[in-house]
Amino acid sequence: MIQGQELAISTSSLTKQFGSQKAVSGISLSVPRGSVFGFLGPNGSGKTTTIRMLLGLADASEGEIELLGHPIPKQLEQALPKIGALVEGPAFYPYMSGRNNLIRIDSADRFSEAKTRKQRVDAALERVGLSNASKKKVHAYSLGMKQRLGLANALLKPREILILDEPTNGLDPQGTREVRNLIRSLAAEGITIFVSSHLLSEIEQLCSHLAVMTAGKIVAQGNIQELRNESQTRLVLKSDRIDELVDVLKGQGLSKISLKSDHVVVPVPTEFDVATLNQLLVKKKFMISEIRLEQPSLEEYFVNLTGEGFEVVR
Amino acid sequence: MFAKSLSMSLMLSELRVMFTRRRTWAMLAAIALIPILLALAVALTAEELAPGEGPPFLSQVTQNGLFTGFTATLLALPLFLPLTIAVVAGDTIAGEASLGTLRYLLIAPVGRLRLLVVKYIGTVVFALAATFTLMIAGIIIGSILFPIGPVTLLSGDQISLAESVWRMAVVAFYTTVSMTGILAIGLFISTLTTVPVGAMAATVVLTGVSQILDNLPQLSWLHEWLFTHYWLDFADILRQPIELGSFASNALLQLGYVAVFGALAYSRFSTKDILS
Ligand SMILES: Nc1ncnc2c1ncn2[C@@H]1O[C@H](COP(=O)(O)OP(=O)(O)O)[C@@H](O)[C@H]1O
Ligand SMILES: [Mg+2]
Repeated sequence: MIQGQELAISTSSLTKQFGSQKAVSGISLSVPRGSVFGFLGPNGSGKTTTIRMLLGLADASEGEIELLGHPIPKQLEQALPKIGALVEGPAFYPYMSGRNNLIRIDSADRFSEAKTRKQRVDAALERVGLSNASKKKVHAYSLGMKQRLGLANALLKPREILILDEPTNGLDPQGTREVRNLIRSLAAEGITIFVSSHLLSEIEQLCSHLAVMTAGKIVAQGNIQELRNESQTRLVLKSDRIDELVDVLKGQGLSKISLKSDHVVVPVPTEFDVATLNQLLVKKKFMISEIRLEQPSLEEYFVNLTGEGFEVVR
Repeated sequence: MFAKSLSMSLMLSELRVMFTRRRTWAMLAAIALIPILLALAVALTAEELAPGEGPPFLSQVTQNGLFTGFTATLLALPLFLPLTIAVVAGDTIAGEASLGTLRYLLIAPVGRLRLLVVKYIGTVVFALAATFTLMIAGIIIGSILFPIGPVTLLSGDQISLAESVWRMAVVAFYTTVSMTGILAIGLFISTLTTVPVGAMAATVVLTGVSQILDNLPQLSWLHEWLFTHYWLDFADILRQPIELGSFASNALLQLGYVAVFGALAYSRFSTKDILS
């Protein structure tokens, strides 16, 4: 565990074994309080399984968990009331109204106050924009409305952590934007938000921190700015006489030069001096049409770590 | 006190969920249909049954409509009543698991033991509703189609109308107690699966098996341990003075089943990974 920094969620060597498969394989998460922590990974990488262990729904095969300083599952009962969650999509009684569903789940919470129940339920419905549909039976809800009702359920009480498993799944772009705004406003209240997704683009703008998971392992984790910096800067050069150009670059001590049809791409140190190189090339009478440093997008970084394909990894 | 009242609100919520479902009402309606069909069949056939022909009490129905409820209970006991009971018991945990609501109840947090207890009590309330539905529907249809009056008991004594209604309530209660064992078995099976229909079917099958074993004379040593063994023994309640011997042995046996299968359900459910 990381010392000196207050963590909302921390795990060490957390593992979940299903038969012979390790769905989660020794992950150590450090989620600082107040952060919006993106938990990124392709389908089947173990995100939901991790979240189930965090919430005490499944037992860890190995490793330790702490939520807000409470060891899990030992002090689960103390931790859970401070946590709102959406796990593997929303789930409700289809034959009851949205509002009655929330009343039901809140009645199940043995720490919640019956007196304020209706008021809290209505406030949560209001917050996710479902007030007008609250009397409709859930089987008449669209997936987007169910997703919102799931969020309302997570917001029935003031929370310290929200754990949201793919909260934008099944939402249209408008709905996705609304959920993002909701998360932003919750984060602004100081709530720690742990949000999983298989799409970086859905959460990139939100997150202050990121962990990237693939095949049960965390392959990168940290502050989003640090992660951006970790990716390799590249020099892109477009010019005539490209073969000669390659020789010149090699003469400058650059390697791993990749030759594209009309340009070259070379990995370089972050503080590479483009101006000096440019001067040199001009002196050698190259007709340079483009010269620039490029930082790969986080998306590209993510794809590099997790592999591109559409196929589920396992 | 505080904790108790909070469990009360979960209990009420559980009953609200159960009685919001159309399925619950459909089953109670089907149960009410048994005495109605029975009374109509008796009323529409002119033939008088010889005493002792057909199920017990059937011959008495035309003389006294109050017997409709007893007869319907006897008819419903082997299959129909356990069927509805199995639906409700098999649904307890598996139904919540298949909807996915189980994970949200658990992270509420509901507490696993508390949920099991509330679920079980909910099913007992359904059994109570079912057995009283049988009796009440029987009284109503019986009093419409047949004369009603003081009931002549199996012992030959006559009891007043008010006394007979009281005895009917005791029989309905006896039948509810008879169902507590199978309810506990259903609860346990329900913790083993996320497919409610599977749990329901398994519970029904066990009821059938128990009744078959109860009919094999070679296994007479086993009979008094079978949860179906005392189901039909409510005749003692219709004697004067009322005999509660079979009531007591039944209650004790059912309590044993509740303790054993309740413990099994808890040991299974308290450590189970919720992956639905
Ligand atoms: N109940 C289960 N039994 C066996 N394997 C499972 C079970 N649940 C999930 N898995 C496996 O664990 C891996 C991770 O699944 P999951 O955590 O749902 O991934 P994600 O949420 O990242 O899409 C997958 O390979 C999946 O097949
Ligand atoms: Mg998932």
